[in-house]
Amino acid sequence: MPQILFIEYDGTEHRVDTDAGRTIMQAATDNLVPGIDADCGGECSCATCHVFVDPAWLATIGGPGPQEATMLDLAPERQDTSRLGCQIEITDAMDGLVVRLPQFQM
Amino acid sequence: MSEPNYFEYPIPDPYAIPVEDIDVSDPRLLEQDVWGPFFKRLRAEDPVHFTENEVFGRFWSVTKFNDIMHVDSHHDDFSSEPSIVIDDQDADFMLPMFIAMDPPKHDEQRKVAQPVVAPMNLAKLEKLIRARVQTILDSLPIGERFNWVDRVSIELTTQMLATLFDFPFEERRKLTFWSDVATATGSAGGIIEDERRAHLLECLEYFTRLREERAKQPPGEDLDLVSMLAHGESTRNMEPMEYLGNLILLIVGGNDTTRNSISGGVLFLNQNPGEYDKLRNNPRVIPNMVSEIIRYQTPLAHMRRVATRDLELGGKQITKGDKVVMWYVSGNRDDEVIERPDEFIVDRAKARHHLSFGFGIHRCMGNRLAEMQLRILWEEIMKRFHMVEVVGDPVRIRSNFVKGYAELPVVLHSH
Repeated sequence: MPQILFIEYDGTEHRVDTDAGRTIMQAATDNLVPGIDADCGGECSCATCHVFVDPAWLATIGGPGPQEATMLDLAPERQDTSRLGCQIEITDAMDGLVVRLPQFQM
Repeated sequence: MSEPNYFEYPIPDPYAIPVEDIDVSDPRLLEQDVWGPFFKRLRAEDPVHFTENEVFGRFWSVTKFNDIMHVDSHHDDFSSEPSIVIDDQDADFMLPMFIAMDPPKHDEQRKVAQPVVAPMNLAKLEKLIRARVQTILDSLPIGERFNWVDRVSIELTTQMLATLFDFPFEERRKLTFWSDVATATGSAGGIIEDERRAHLLECLEYFTRLREERAKQPPGEDLDLVSMLAHGESTRNMEPMEYLGNLILLIVGGNDTTRNSISGGVLFLNQNPGEYDKLRNNPRVIPNMVSEIIRYQTPLAHMRRVATRDLELGGKQITKGDKVVMWYVSGNRDDEVIERPDEFIVDRAKARHHLSFGFGIHRCMGNRLAEMQLRILWEEIMKRFHMVEVVGDPVRIRSNFVKGYAELPVVLHSH
């Protein structure tokens, strides 16, 4: 069962156990991690599940797809490590993944 | 814009006519608050619905939540050019604006204006907004009938807009006026087309003067929208009509929408006394209630796209060039996605999952500002008043685009 560490903007940590096949957005909302709004419900259409992937995990997770990159453009806090949580499907290889949350969701 | 000649016939009973005859572009449906059953029938029997009439030509009405989400998030298949309302602009008075552009130009222009309403900037504005809300609320009479739309909804959103533009504060009602003029069709504002254009050109002239002043000043820390447009690489050389178009976009976007959600919230709480009690007992519900108000009001009833190729949608064959109208007002009442959608529930689960801001690259840029204004307003209302009581019928706007109120008579009751 992969464990994901969410770190809020103020440093508050949330360790959540999740299942392969869920998305990072779902892992957060399933466990009431604050700071993920997920307005569109996981359709890659709103950019309110914006997360920063810990640099050590970038190679495993990979970069955004074209539609995701377009939506990330709407996020003022976008960085090189930005992804939309709804577009990252969790695998067993992601056990221990660390993602940080932006100060605001757009 | 042309004026539909809808007055020839009474509004039909939507269940007494063949489904193919349903025409949801009739602006009286919102004005008379009878739109619900028209869309309910379409969602059930013909969710992607074809209409051809003499006013708007051929158009498809998309009425279900998930189909709307699909259209909104596929901007390659569904273009926002040349207009995002069902009516076409007159060819001799075209106002280009980034909401009605496709990438890449849309992306470039939106990026210039976006920082002013980005959450980080809004956090700096919260104190100011709260102070202004307090002043407005403290000026209201207790126990005396007045029009909430004028004294609160318009006043608050107009002050906010003046702040964002750094517009001369004492002249701020010009912004309200231009916003109303811009969205008026023939009868709506009682304004004929020539007058409408003349007023919009006054707006252009005024803002051109402001732009010239701001362009001479170095871009500072305190960003306002006019300075941003004046200094932004992709916006500083805008042609006059394009400048006007984008101003209108920002004025209408920041004005009409929040204004009508402010009025709507008061009305819905009055229609649902149990929900008003929930709010009194637990003001922490306010952020969630704000999303519910925005869903339930749906201040912009539709957005329009144009198919860029032949494609299928909801089992219907759409032809390249066809207008495709996403009826947010209908999708927000789709019981396949939203439980008990016709009920106003302040503590609704997943209240943020609504269509009022749209989705995809054209998603409302000012959504966080709107939510913040409504949240602060309700926090301050609850501190002051036991009830904002609606004491007469609201007067609604005649439009198939702006879903809103001209009048909402209220009486305030203190704690």
